Amino acid sequence: MTTNSPSSYDEMLNADGSVRSAYAGYCNWYDEQPPDLLRRKGSEAEAFFRRTGITFNVYGNEDAEERLIPFDMVPRIITAQQWRKLSRGIEQRVRALNAFLHDLYHRQEIVRSGRMPARLLRNNEAFLPEMVGFTPPGGVYTHIVGIDLVRTGEDDFMVLEDNARTPSGVSYMLENRETMMAMFPELFTRVRVREVSDYPRRLARSLAASSPPACDGKKPVVAVLTPGIYNSAYFEHAFLADQMGAELVEGSDLRVENGRIAMRTTCGYEPIDVLYRRVDDEYLDPLSFNPSSVLGVPGIMDVYRAGGITIANAPGTGIADDKAIYSFMPEIVEFYTGEKPILQNVPTWRCAEPESLKYVLDNLAELVVKEVHGSGGYGMLIGPTSSRKELAAFETKLRAKPENYIAQPTLSLSTVPILTKAGLAPRHVDLRPFVLVSPNGVDITPGGLTRVALKKGSLVVNSSQGGGTKDSWVLDD
Amino acid sequence: MLGRSANGIFWLFRYLERAENISRLIEAGFRMALTRDASDASDEWRSLIVTLGLRPGYETRYGTEYTGAHVFNYILRDKDNAGSVLNMTEMARTNARMVRGGITREVWESVNDGWMRLKEALARPVSETRLGDVLDLVRRQSTQVRGAMEGTMLRNEIYNFARLGSFIERADNTARILDVKYYVLLPSVSYVGSSLDNVQWENVLRSVAGERAYRWLNAGRMDPRGIAEFLILDGRFPRSLAFCYSKLRSNLASLAREYGTEMHCHEILRDADCQFHQITIDAIFEQGLHEFIGTFIRNNTALAMQVQRDYRFID
Repeated sequence: MTTNSPSSYDEMLNADGSVRSAYAGYCNWYDEQPPDLLRRKGSEAEAFFRRTGITFNVYGNEDAEERLIPFDMVPRIITAQQWRKLSRGIEQRVRALNAFLHDLYHRQEIVRSGRMPARLLRNNEAFLPEMVGFTPPGGVYTHIVGIDLVRTGEDDFMVLEDNARTPSGVSYMLENRETMMAMFPELFTRVRVREVSDYPRRLARSLAASSPPACDGKKPVVAVLTPGIYNSAYFEHAFLADQMGAELVEGSDLRVENGRIAMRTTCGYEPIDVLYRRVDDEYLDPLSFNPSSVLGVPGIMDVYRAGGITIANAPGTGIADDKAIYSFMPEIVEFYTGEKPILQNVPTWRCAEPESLKYVLDNLAELVVKEVHGSGGYGMLIGPTSSRKELAAFETKLRAKPENYIAQPTLSLSTVPILTKAGLAPRHVDLRPFVLVSPNGVDITPGGLTRVALKKGSLVVNSSQGGGTKDSWVLDD
Repeated sequence: MLGRSANGIFWLFRYLERAENISRLIEAGFRMALTRDASDASDEWRSLIVTLGLRPGYETRYGTEYTGAHVFNYILRDKDNAGSVLNMTEMARTNARMVRGGITREVWESVNDGWMRLKEALARPVSETRLGDVLDLVRRQSTQVRGAMEGTMLRNEIYNFARLGSFIERADNTARILDVKYYVLLPSVSYVGSSLDNVQWENVLRSVAGERAYRWLNAGRMDPRGIAEFLILDGRFPRSLAFCYSKLRSNLASLAREYGTEMHCHEILRDADCQFHQITIDAIFEQGLHEFIGTFIRNNTALAMQVQRDYRFID
């Protein structure tokens, strides 16, 4: 069906061109389809997305047309067995992250024990002094986590990034499945795939389980806080609020009343118990953080600290997905769980350390260098695809502020086929499973969002830079 | 529900209603202009711009020359016209996005689909040949959204705020048409129309999609008083002021039931609605149709403001 590029792991085909077991059912179905069926369905899918309004706005480009994230119709398939191992590893990692956050904002045992240098916390904007000594309701810091995984071999999944602030993309996971089921219903009768559609219900349950002391045993009122319709992920905010039956609020709807955060309803102000905020820490409370923010609620941090509301995720969780902290994740997992990490990190050089910096500078053309605080694929260098001029420019930046960067080897990400004009062709992918954390435990939706670099040979899967998405299947046993 | 969402849904339906009414107005104007000589046609186009309150903006753009293509393109799609149909549809969609959680998927898709089609249709200047199709598209969007709403939405507060928006807007539009047309066409109330005036009056009816209903009820008899009575007081005609107010009354009553309490806007509505049951068309003409309509428009605006205050649309 496709030819494999020699260096990377093809998730569908063995080296000899035979189909791997994960894709056996799918390929049987595919081979029976009339040749142009999938392509025809492709334009159907695009029209469907436009009509339903699943679009995103590119950051810093508010006047631009709303764009669609391209959707590819070939599913990304993971076997039940692979998923079991993955989910054990994810759960371990997420538990460690929460224990780590609690420790950072309390006794900082990990620093005292010498496993992590104190300099990582000093002058780190993601570390919020306002959270020191405070424990969020139920002890949960990261109610929603997205763990970005890449695969390099049959059993080699590595964590590329932990998204512990406000991970997005879950609406695409859900809509991609809806679309696939609408377009190819018979496919789902042939291959048994685990459900993802109950994610919003699980999210609602998980959030409600983290209600604050002020809720006092009553049925918690949950609301989703959005920056508004011009935010790139607004569709998702509205979608999740709708699916959960929660109000979608903006900062201007909220104010502090009687020690609670209350929303302006048609019948007056009503208190909110759990706020699933999709607004960054910096904009959450103009009294505590960025004073010019109009996206947040003045005084919400005081209400929070007094037990009047649960903020999900807790403010200050960003420190856990800082890329400099990331390089310590193996130590963090071991320190808090007492176990060896099930999921590996991508090997990472911390440019703040002189010997690492030397190595990175010597091998710049082979490495990927990332800004410690950057996100979304911006501000990074991909050595192998950069010109000599770009490398030189980056070297200057690197020497000037080495502590601002980490470097990783250029991974040969696994490939999954996409549908092109010429038929199926392999493209590099990653995977973002979505994880819910509540006082009742960790809940992982089987699968997640597969992002795919649509350009041949490209390793950049970010939707803001030409990436697409796929439906991600976890096979049922 | 959130006050902001109530505001969003209210305006979503106001904008859709307005776009629909504007398209009817253009259609009536176009038809009228076709049957007249150049200078009368130009008067006809001017009166359309006046009805829509767009005169200052239009004249800044084109001076006092009123030609069909200028007028309908200005109304439909001009970038300088904040009240263009394109802008209206765009604002309707923005409001729909804002209240996405409060409307059903079908309502959202009708709004979004209509916006996409109209945006495409209005991407280039509209010619006289294309005008009919474009106007059709505008009305169809409104009809589709209304149908989706009737068929899929819960009859709750959200529905009631949507209907309040529709009927406040519709009443306003009908009143404005009546006001301008009456003023332009009849210098004196006692004037009895010639055949030309019959055409003019029929055109007023056409601009509110009422020509067939009126003929059916009145066996082809055209007279200004009968038409005014039909548009103001006939509770059977869905674009009459009386009809709009009986709907407003029932939607406000549902809100009062749902919330367990009446607000100040209920009082205003009761007073206004009473009028339609007590007054006769002769009494209206005695007090002056123009004055009656002027007062109505002001009160209608006051009602809208009071609804927004009572239900905390804005802080």
